[in-house]
Amino acid sequence: MSAAELEVRGLTKHFAVGRALRRSRLHAVDDVSFELRAGTVTALVGESGSGKSTVARILARLLEPTSGLVLFRGDDASQARGRGDELRYRSEVQIIFQDPFDSLNPVKTVGHHIERPLRIHGMVPSRQIEGRVHELLASVGLYPPAEIAAKYPHELSGGQRQRVNIARVLGVEPRVVLADEPTSMLDVSIRIGILNLMRKLAEEHDIAFLYVTHDLAAARYVADDILVMYAGQIVEQGPVEEVLAEPLHPYTRLLLAAAPDPGNPVRPARVERGPGRASAAVEPAAGCRFLPRCPLAVALCSEVTPQLAEPHAGHAARCHVTAPSIVTV
Amino acid sequence: MIAEEATLPVPMREKAETLLELRGLQVDYGRARAVDGVDLKIRQGEIVGLAGESGCGKTTIASSVLRILRPPGHVAGGSILFRGEDIVAMSDAELRRFRWRNVSIVFQGAMNALNPLMRVGDQFVDTLRAHERIDKRRALVRAGELLDMVGIDPRRLRAYPHELSGGMRQRVIIAIALSLTPELIVMDEPTTALDVVVQREILQQVDALKREFGFAVLFITHDVSLLLEFADRISIMYAGEIVETTSAKSLATRPLHPYTQGLLASFPPLTGPVTRLTGIPGAPPDLRDPPAGCRFHPRCPHCLPERLGLYTRQTTERPVLRELAPGHEVACHLVEGDA
Repeated sequence: MSAAELEVRGLTKHFAVGRALRRSRLHAVDDVSFELRAGTVTALVGESGSGKSTVARILARLLEPTSGLVLFRGDDASQARGRGDELRYRSEVQIIFQDPFDSLNPVKTVGHHIERPLRIHGMVPSRQIEGRVHELLASVGLYPPAEIAAKYPHELSGGQRQRVNIARVLGVEPRVVLADEPTSMLDVSIRIGILNLMRKLAEEHDIAFLYVTHDLAAARYVADDILVMYAGQIVEQGPVEEVLAEPLHPYTRLLLAAAPDPGNPVRPARVERGPGRASAAVEPAAGCRFLPRCPLAVALCSEVTPQLAEPHAGHAARCHVTAPSIVTV
Repeated sequence: MIAEEATLPVPMREKAETLLELRGLQVDYGRARAVDGVDLKIRQGEIVGLAGESGCGKTTIASSVLRILRPPGHVAGGSILFRGEDIVAMSDAELRRFRWRNVSIVFQGAMNALNPLMRVGDQFVDTLRAHERIDKRRALVRAGELLDMVGIDPRRLRAYPHELSGGMRQRVIIAIALSLTPELIVMDEPTTALDVVVQREILQQVDALKREFGFAVLFITHDVSLLLEFADRISIMYAGEIVETTSAKSLATRPLHPYTQGLLASFPPLTGPVTRLTGIPGAPPDLRDPPAGCRFHPRCPHCLPERLGLYTRQTTERPVLRELAPGHEVACHLVEGDA
């Protein structure tokens, strides 16, 4: 197993909501821990509002966590001193956003977008910049590179723009890439190409990818490991094949039952959503956050917040019934 | 083998009356022909899926059926027959009666179509009273029943749209679309903006309501994997044309058009072995200047100059939809050659 490039421990982010006298706290991310390893893709899945994008934003240092640690190669990222340290972290840990239409400047050429980070981070000597730009464009499958570099964003399709975003990120030779729903705005026939590219880059450049998505099938296709988030907490994590073949947490089971499966299109199983919500909880009470929707709930679930427990090595879930932890038994 | 492809026994297929029929429909936006010669039939009580990538013309078809095309879009040729009556030729007064009573529509992101300043109940009342002589009290009672049908507490009639979740608002829209018991509901990406669990729940509800009321659905989406589970028949669109129409079952097991095959191979499976997928190389054409011959030929893996006879036809002759097995129509030189 390769070393952890980025390690997250007990990451928590609360947002203040409500008016001055009735201020309460929205638990967007609660006690989230995981590792991103070099050369692997880790999928972070959940429904809208579950906190998955907040995690990516904290890791990209676009948000400060309320508490918890983010360790980059063992160093605490929040202890960065001065602009030098900050720049280093930001070049090593890059983020790709969902919207390829919004993330490029319409009045600048493709070449400009890729060149800029190379200059800011001093990646290559000035006279080699053009060659490097072309090399990067070719590496994400944009041909012919010289022609593409001269184009403006509006001249490219959505898939091509997302490839430009990826090339831009690769330029600074990051160790970690956070991809926040990079394919959800693209046409289906284009999506697979981006997923294949992500896989290829992870393997060839030994990059640790965090792939934030709501699409379980895409997660299974591209990722090694999976983290399932519900209402700000990770409710299940482990190797993607194992988690999806034998899901422990009832929420993972619900998600699986709800997702269309082209490999097996005729499934009569009915899905009952139940009353609860996957989005972050405001001042959540003790107990399991999935309780209102859970078909397996027992008395303990309303009293004690379940902790992540590992019934099988490397495969953990936050559930009193399917993954009882030693402490609460 | 071929006989097994038919989904409905022949007598049933004949019994179900044709509700909507598009014949050679052409829709232009300026110099671009967004829909070019589309034939499509929807029978009573049937769910017909229309799938394709963005810009293939599927939403244009939805708008044409309700005659709500935005200028400069206009029907340039062909006809849209609802129970034999041409919608294209209808007067404004006829259209007003036709819309909502015969056909209603649920748009993508329709949850944002609710008026934010009006209570949910009043929006039902507006719709009902625009088409029927009904007093407000009775209209509200009916609205409550409709909400109940889509699984929302009727007390929510007093709520404003912002007080409801996205999924609930989308279900309110579906309830309004049902309110005048239309025979056909056009749904254009009705669940695209929603989470999978909510999406699944809404589709189940639509299916149950369809069984109860017997309306037909034209379901438009980019997500073929969803249609495979939900639709009776599916038409695949590419660059303004329908390239394949068949039952959901035969589309899943025996897709014939290379574009359909590529589209299906773009969805990774949730179960079974994970194999490397390729998607479809290239991008859809500019409709102001579509490729000659088969519009898919520049992206088609089976279009090779080495097979000269076929290649010439693929690049110069436009393929037409032909029924290769009962109920299975394909527009492709390749399968024509094999047949």
